[in-house]
Amino acid sequence: MKIQPVRSPESPYRSAPGIVLSGAGVVLDDGTRLFDGLSLEIAAGKTTCLLGPSGIGKSMLLRLVLGLLKPRTGGVADLFGTVALSNGEPVAGHAAYMAQQDLLLPWLRVADNVTIGPRLRGESVELASDRAARILDAVGLGRVGDRFPAALSGGMRQRAALARTIAEDRPLILMDEPFSQVDAITRLRLQTLAADLFVERTVLLVTHDPLEALRLGHRVVVMGGRPATVRSVHDLDDAPPRDPTGDGLLRRHAELLRALEEGNRWQEDRR
Amino acid sequence: MNGLFRGLVILAGLLAVWQAVVILSGVPTFILPPPASVFRSMVGNAGLLAGHAGITLAEILAGLVLGTGLGCASALLMSRLRPARRWLLPVLVASQAVPVFALAPILVLWLGYGMASKVAMATLIIYFPVTATFYDGLRRTEPGWLDMAATMNASPWATLRHIQIPAALPAFASGLKVSAAVAPIGAVVGEWVGSSAGLGYLMLHANAQLKTDLMFAGLVVLAAIGLTLYFTIDALSRRLLPWQSDDLSTNGEP
Repeated sequence: MKIQPVRSPESPYRSAPGIVLSGAGVVLDDGTRLFDGLSLEIAAGKTTCLLGPSGIGKSMLLRLVLGLLKPRTGGVADLFGTVALSNGEPVAGHAAYMAQQDLLLPWLRVADNVTIGPRLRGESVELASDRAARILDAVGLGRVGDRFPAALSGGMRQRAALARTIAEDRPLILMDEPFSQVDAITRLRLQTLAADLFVERTVLLVTHDPLEALRLGHRVVVMGGRPATVRSVHDLDDAPPRDPTGDGLLRRHAELLRALEEGNRWQEDRR
Repeated sequence: MNGLFRGLVILAGLLAVWQAVVILSGVPTFILPPPASVFRSMVGNAGLLAGHAGITLAEILAGLVLGTGLGCASALLMSRLRPARRWLLPVLVASQAVPVFALAPILVLWLGYGMASKVAMATLIIYFPVTATFYDGLRRTEPGWLDMAATMNASPWATLRHIQIPAALPAFASGLKVSAAVAPIGAVVGEWVGSSAGLGYLMLHANAQLKTDLMFAGLVVLAAIGLTLYFTIDALSRRLLPWQSDDLSTNGEP
């Protein structure tokens, strides 16, 4: 099944801005420095994958970019540096967020979950509902819009979360290991679906899975150590989603694994 | 239907045990009347019982409405405002160290022998479980949902209305069920301390006159009120919160 990307005819995402982090840092309550002056540019209109082992603060970095972290709350002692869009505006309000869990609200039917954004902002839900129905069709959930999330399988729930993310209609999409909790085949299908849906937007995807990074990323940034730093950057020329069985991809997979391992070893030496 | 059948079996079993105790122990009927004479007393005093039960029920319902309203308001206040949380929470916890029953004579002194003192008792006894469970429910909102709402530019009020309150409703419903079970205690204790009507008053007087069968009849009516309240709230919460009912589990692939 080929999925038509959901976008308006004028495609507003052609001008999606990038993200610039300069000297960003997060200090936790126990004094741990997750990042110490991290500078990074997320290319406009491309998918950048932040790849690193668990526990180096990738999710925290994503929440920092989204503007969800505040000093002296939620275990965070202090923040420094700046995070902004390449056009100088703040990221908050321009980015849609997709987390590791599907975050579907169990008391809302699937279609109502997709329109939760307009609901929360007090906008017209009627207008959003037509669009939500089209998006649900696009992710293959057209028939289950009136069900509760509890009646859906894990893969279906993640597709509903994908639909909700698309429905937000933002030029930037920030994802935190969104496909890590489904089985391998479902994950491959979801990745393909996501790549088709996110064309032309600026996507920042945090993952610990090199294969996922290689399937979806225009650029893969390998992170490691504590405080975490950029260990290596890998630019990939062909357009995602890439065939997971291709020779090129498997060769790069080996490369990335090596890069990841070096990042890790460095971390262990430091302890 | 299955549940109803089980309930009837349990009831029949209890009645059988009761009857057996009466026959085997040979205690006089003014100590333990057999089920049949309690039933006769219920039928014979139906009007009397209904009148007093109506008053007790009104006290319980008024207490439920007031206690739930105050409890919800306190929980919302504490979850929204830091000062409210810091000042109200210790008071709330400390208030639980005072046995509500010890307050009954004071309440009767202050509010008189009428319904007001009993409503106050029921309100006090209901207030804590409702406040505690609803506040807990509001506080334990899945953090991911709050993050998501923040990225969607939701106002704090919209987040409360669309996410935190619905998420806290199951906790609130279980608090309400506990309240419904304990509310009759408040009303009856209030009636024991000083009153001129209500099931507690009726039972106390029946007891003094050794009309044990009437006392038991009052007890049965009181239990029936408690059970009805509990099951009504249970049914309501199932109807209003269908998304958290048991029969809605996964029916797709796991």
